[in-house]
Amino acid sequence: MRLFAALRMAARALRRNKMRTLLTMLGMIFGVGAVIASVSITSGAKSQVEGQIASLGQNVVLVWSGNFTSKGVRTGWGSAGTLTLDDAEAIKTEVSGVTIVSPEVRGAAQVAAGDQDWYTTILGEGADYFDLRRWPFTEGSSFGDQDVHTAGKIAVIGKTVATQLYGNEDPLGKVIRIKNVPFIVGGVLIPKGLSLQGQDQDDIVVVPYTSAMKRVLGGTTLRTINVQAASANMLSSVQQQITDLLRQRHRITPGKDDDFTIRTQQEIAEFATSTATTMSFLLAGVAAVSLLVGGIGIMNIMLVSVTERTREIGIRMAVGARAHDILVQFLIEAVTISIIGGLIGIVCGVSAQPTVKLVAAIFTQLGMPINFLSQFASWPTLTPVTWIAIASVSSAVAGIISGFYPAWKASKLDPIDALRYE
Amino acid sequence: MQTNAVIKLVEIHKIYHTGEVDVHAVRGVTLEISPGEFVAIMGSSGSGKSTLMNLIGCLDRSTRGSYWLDGLDVSTLDRNTLADVRNQKIGFVFQGFNLLSRTTALENVEMPMLYKRHRVPAHEQKECATRALELVGLGDRADHKPNQLSGGQQQRVAIARALVNQPSLILADEPTGNLDSQTSIEIMGVFQKLNDQGITIVMVTHELDIARYTRRTVVLRDGKIVTDEPVRERLRAENELRHLHQAQQAINLST
Repeated sequence: MRLFAALRMAARALRRNKMRTLLTMLGMIFGVGAVIASVSITSGAKSQVEGQIASLGQNVVLVWSGNFTSKGVRTGWGSAGTLTLDDAEAIKTEVSGVTIVSPEVRGAAQVAAGDQDWYTTILGEGADYFDLRRWPFTEGSSFGDQDVHTAGKIAVIGKTVATQLYGNEDPLGKVIRIKNVPFIVGGVLIPKGLSLQGQDQDDIVVVPYTSAMKRVLGGTTLRTINVQAASANMLSSVQQQITDLLRQRHRITPGKDDDFTIRTQQEIAEFATSTATTMSFLLAGVAAVSLLVGGIGIMNIMLVSVTERTREIGIRMAVGARAHDILVQFLIEAVTISIIGGLIGIVCGVSAQPTVKLVAAIFTQLGMPINFLSQFASWPTLTPVTWIAIASVSSAVAGIISGFYPAWKASKLDPIDALRYE
Repeated sequence: MQTNAVIKLVEIHKIYHTGEVDVHAVRGVTLEISPGEFVAIMGSSGSGKSTLMNLIGCLDRSTRGSYWLDGLDVSTLDRNTLADVRNQKIGFVFQGFNLLSRTTALENVEMPMLYKRHRVPAHEQKECATRALELVGLGDRADHKPNQLSGGQQQRVAIARALVNQPSLILADEPTGNLDSQTSIEIMGVFQKLNDQGITIVMVTHELDIARYTRRTVVLRDGKIVTDEPVRERLRAENELRHLHQAQQAINLST
């Protein structure tokens, strides 16, 4: 029997009981739809996180002052003041495989230009900090090593600061007063958006670390040392060398905790995406369960259908249908239900977020913003093609598995009994 | 054993093993039916005629004995090959019509062609089905569904379905059992017309007056053939219908 004829036969049989077919499909639609929608949300979140991790730079090793995990009094990230400029210098000269070392100090201060002022984060860094973070400039450039040497009064500002202080004017070459110390704007950074912690990364003023320590923030210890390794496979070697070096320099006896924390970019990325990964596994479980439930629904209906159509099966066998023909007929019906259901589910899943966005927009237009809707609508979503493929294939497989037993049962009927069936 | 008979049964036995008692439904039937015959198999219920019918129709296999259908020994074939034999050599007509509901007459008639071993193109299927429907006088009802047709019309669709694969044999199981007497005669008229064109028909019935439209009656009792003789004073459906018509008019006139 031709496949096309079999498909037409299946379509006719399914049309005969529109309501029942639709209800059977619903199991598949909801299952696949929910899976696609939630996969889109987690994938969106994951890719956003990954983007932010990438914005840290490449092959970066971060050394923070203080120990995140040490016992006793916890002083918070980078506030213990155990790292010094000499440590940074030592890393630069003694650790092999290091390309950039940028000592970092951080503080907050009032900045002003003309009649505008703004409270922002002040970052003191080395001259190649922007190379390390792969952070390009909209205009201008970084301060040079010379400026670091002389504690030059030159600043690089983020987009937010530029907008707040200069509006539409070009800030390049203008004066910015940091805690009333006048600096010249030497460069404007390309906007990076929000960080993982939700901070505005563009709300920042970067000056040479020497200038920051001497002229603006004071203090002699470093918060962080940013290190870039020459290549990805040198990361762990660099990490180990720095650890050994700093333990030696800080005279930490074996068995005592480090007084600093060192993390490679990979470790940070793994930590940040682990939640999303856990979610994906959870979703795969939910997907399996919902497909199972959908499949059971199909099997149930197909069993009813086989019983109901016993006589039809008998007639078909009497006029020459082989057992195999009957098997294929019912199998195709089951698979048709599951595939169509799956496809509708995919469409629903993919369009769930845009639909919510639209609804949220409409309510906002009407002056009745609904908080959780707008929140959901603002989540980044991304529907991976692989998941669409996985959903299609698994709905087809669910159809085959759940349809097989009823179809097999139908094909094993005895034509005489089937014809006599009332 | 070569033979030109459509059906050749030799010492056919059928024993059902149900529970403790074995039911010996057919006890050694030997029967030969030649091309172009129109045979009624008669008998009361329990005479084994339905069992014999199932055996002839290749729906069931005999316990003992041999059966040649159109020169082919079918007593040894497996399930799938029997299905093919039914498809190619036998056309079934049932008491309860057994049409697929919510499916048009045309599609019902096309159905046996779906299961042919070699594929029939869709347009050819439609042509064959239309021709078969025209042959039974239902050319204008092709797109009607069974519930839009009268009993007699439904049975004609069933006959068209039986004819469509050009079988060597039409097997009818109580084809008039669900019909009133006038429609019954009309259906017998269809069978007679087909038989006149040379089609072999075997019909199971328990109604004597229906059997009189055939050419030969075989009577079964307790699983054995008791009589096998040609029909004397054979009825012709068109004559009977005319008589019936006149009788009705007479009644109409007298009232």
